[in-house]
Amino acid sequence: MTLYTAVTDDDRQAMLDAIGVASVDELFDTIPAALRMAERLDLPEGMAEQEVYNHLRELASKNTSAEDEITFLGAGMYDHYIPSIIDMLLGRSEFLTPYTPYQPEISQGGLQVMFEYQTAMSELTGLPVSNASVYEGPSAVGAAGYLAKLTNGRTRFLVSRGMHPHSRATLETLSVGYGTTVEEIPLSNGVTDLDALHTMLGDDVAAVFIQQPNFLGAIEDVAAFSDAAHAHGALAIASADPLTLGVLEAPGNQGVDVCVGEGQTLGNRMDFGGPSFGFFCASEAHLRKMPGRIAGETKDVDGRRGFVLTLQTREQHIRREKATSNICTSQALNALAGVVYLSWLGRKGLVELGDLMLQRTHYARETLTGIAGVEALHDQPVVREFALRIPGVDVASVVSRCQDAGVNPGFALGRAYDEFSDGLLVAITEQRSKADIDKLAAVLEEAIDAERSGAPATEVTA
Amino acid sequence: MTVSEFARIPMQDDEATTIFEKGAPGRRAFVAPPLDVPQVDGLIPDKFARATAPRLPEASEPEIVRHYVRLSRRNFDLDSGFYPLGSCTMKHNPRLHERVTALPGHAKLHPFQDPARSQGALELMYNLERALGEVSGLPHVSLQPSAGSHGELAGVLLTRAYHEDRGQHRTTVLTPDTSHGTNPATVTMAGYKVVKVGTNPDGGVDVEDLKAKADENVACLMLTNPNTLGVFDPNIEEIASIVHGVGATLYYDGANLNAIMGISRPGDMGFDIVHFNLHKSFTQPHGGGGPGSGPIAVSDRIEPYLPVPVIERVESGNGAGPTFDLIEDDERRPKSIGKLRGFQGNYGCFVRSYAYIRSLGAEGLKDASETAVLNANYLLAKLQQAGVAEYLPLAFGKLCMHEFVLSGAPMKKELGIKTLDLAKRLLDHGYHPPTVYFPLLVDEALLIEPTETETRETLDGFAEAIVAILKEAKDDPSIAQSAPYSTPVRRLDEAGAAKNPVIRQPLG
Repeated sequence: MTLYTAVTDDDRQAMLDAIGVASVDELFDTIPAALRMAERLDLPEGMAEQEVYNHLRELASKNTSAEDEITFLGAGMYDHYIPSIIDMLLGRSEFLTPYTPYQPEISQGGLQVMFEYQTAMSELTGLPVSNASVYEGPSAVGAAGYLAKLTNGRTRFLVSRGMHPHSRATLETLSVGYGTTVEEIPLSNGVTDLDALHTMLGDDVAAVFIQQPNFLGAIEDVAAFSDAAHAHGALAIASADPLTLGVLEAPGNQGVDVCVGEGQTLGNRMDFGGPSFGFFCASEAHLRKMPGRIAGETKDVDGRRGFVLTLQTREQHIRREKATSNICTSQALNALAGVVYLSWLGRKGLVELGDLMLQRTHYARETLTGIAGVEALHDQPVVREFALRIPGVDVASVVSRCQDAGVNPGFALGRAYDEFSDGLLVAITEQRSKADIDKLAAVLEEAIDAERSGAPATEVTA
Repeated sequence: MTVSEFARIPMQDDEATTIFEKGAPGRRAFVAPPLDVPQVDGLIPDKFARATAPRLPEASEPEIVRHYVRLSRRNFDLDSGFYPLGSCTMKHNPRLHERVTALPGHAKLHPFQDPARSQGALELMYNLERALGEVSGLPHVSLQPSAGSHGELAGVLLTRAYHEDRGQHRTTVLTPDTSHGTNPATVTMAGYKVVKVGTNPDGGVDVEDLKAKADENVACLMLTNPNTLGVFDPNIEEIASIVHGVGATLYYDGANLNAIMGISRPGDMGFDIVHFNLHKSFTQPHGGGGPGSGPIAVSDRIEPYLPVPVIERVESGNGAGPTFDLIEDDERRPKSIGKLRGFQGNYGCFVRSYAYIRSLGAEGLKDASETAVLNANYLLAKLQQAGVAEYLPLAFGKLCMHEFVLSGAPMKKELGIKTLDLAKRLLDHGYHPPTVYFPLLVDEALLIEPTETETRETLDGFAEAIVAILKEAKDDPSIAQSAPYSTPVRRLDEAGAAKNPVIRQPLG
């Protein structure tokens, strides 16, 4: 058993004497006897540190990580390279172990990080206001919905079917609470059908949601979408992939009121889905309805520059039931990774990385659609991800065959879209070279052939 | 007096400059891998292409490293000093957890990896669910919520689904006036009205008030036990019976679970839904404001509504070990409230908390809670015996659980220094102050939670610091009133920051 306590028998006796009780048990006398556990918790015995390490390493070895295969799996989280300085900085006690900065005089490091992060996200999204992070992408979409509901009191949400299925599902879950309904705007050739949007819009629509690039990798016409929303007084809300915003126009410059998104691509590990961070940016008009922490610049009594948590009258610890959100702990450390990553990438690097993804993604799309029996699911422009169709085969089985050959070809779209049951979503990060893409093409072709010829697949067992 | 003789934490105290003010045009850290495919122009139509690149910093790697390392030295942290922040459970964060979480099999595992190829992760999550179920006495667990308040939202949405499934449209949720602010904020987000329940002279729920307010409109009572006054409510069984008597659910805010692990279980007290703060009782480092993780555990009657996905353990039946799967289809989970976020939750936090539970085991968790309560009572006793009670009396009761509330009202009246002044002066002594001005019920409140991982010497030192500050204030209250002196900046103009918000750097 490992303990992190320091109380020796002598300590305990001295402490009990000081308190004036005979035993530790006596300290729990206010708990009614019937509610005191008679038995020990039914949990395994504690272990020594090295035993715990070995157990956790063994569990890790039962997983196929992005280091164990050449992976083209994305669909919301991506295998980008994380610079070594992030490991070092996030491991520093001064960033890793403090609580939320309630005492600004001794929390200037964390508060200034929030301020820098807000500046960087504001630059990326083209919107003047950013909070200091929310949980992650899909719940950020839900939080944006709540802001829309608080802003105009309307009750209908129109959501592009091109939004991440988890974002749509989360918005539906939260809508039940705050009293809104969610309707889907259909897709047409891989992008949100703006004609359909026009017919669905009305003066009871609180907000319209779109994703850029969308789940199928396609670039959306965000400006046209914003105009449509505004014509009916609805909020235009975009969920954007921040790492594409060096090459794609900022949603804020395309008229959106709120831009949220998943921050994992900015220097955060995949970690089987979290922790990462969500970002939340908006136009000035929404400043006082924003969820979450916001750091602001100010001066101390000696006139020195400093930073504080500001506009706290929005927040739950001040406003309680009238708060604009219930969020308390969010994702400060992950947001730190985000701003360090953006600083490391830098002004030119963000664009260069975007260009590289663009070129390799184009190459991959051309190469893979050159395989017999593989076609593009849509022909829209894309940045880092694109969708294919492999008609007449079981795509999940093809994926599994490729994985057996050491290549994860992507996300079988049938897992989330009935209408794309023969679809495959392929993601290209800067970690996938031309040689990797060529390998994917060869393995995919072979897997499709094997699937068509009915060759037995190796069974994957845990 | 400009610099305190007590200053113990040398922090970086030069004038603040941001990363956007450092570097120079053309400087860089990142080098892109070479373009190894044919260059094709015009892949993004002009109308979608970015017209002006975002003005991100331009700095070299050494500049970036130095900037953030120096910035880190403007933070106080748990590894450097005592952090008795009430209701936040700032216990030691074992570094083993960082090591195991960083193993590529955990850190580089894609959340959409085929469950057949992520069996280790699913097994870990399944085991963690079982452990949390055991600690809480409620068998069914969802790890999905991202933090405590997210768990609360899950809990109230579960309550709503439960009632509506029975054709009941209830409208209110009861919360005690001592509750965390997240409770009432959550209630509003879930579409209910908050009704406050009073506190009795012993610091527990005012049972008569509860009886008067509990009716068929009430969906739920949200409670923390021990509550934010550090008091275990001995009437909990009666409270549960009143709440259940009107058909409502009883929700347990697990922020204070650190007092009772292995000693008493919310499920046995009658709670239907519990949330855990893995970043409190289970040592996920707080990261300066997250990440956290807020799993929930529920009773049988709430189980059908749990968020998806849920983890299923499948016995192989052929002598091989069990396998694990993620279930989220409507057919098998028809009554689920749905998803609360993307993927499976904050898995990295699960790895850390699971490592913690396996390190301590059943005995260790109980020892942690016993020691947390022992440390809190010892610190309380030390303070009272040192003559502090006259100025900072205990707000409720005689003993406490894992934390206790002092009232600074007499101190303010007798010595002329407020709780805020005491807190700021503690900074000069090298301590993080307790939670201040919460719970709202107590005038000039100080909520102190030492946790089990502190030594007796540390607690003694903290008590001495409080004594010294009170003594100093007797002679000259202006010292505390103008504190701190030894920090990178001194008291900041918060009102000005809110009046004219500067929340991003203006860039040229």
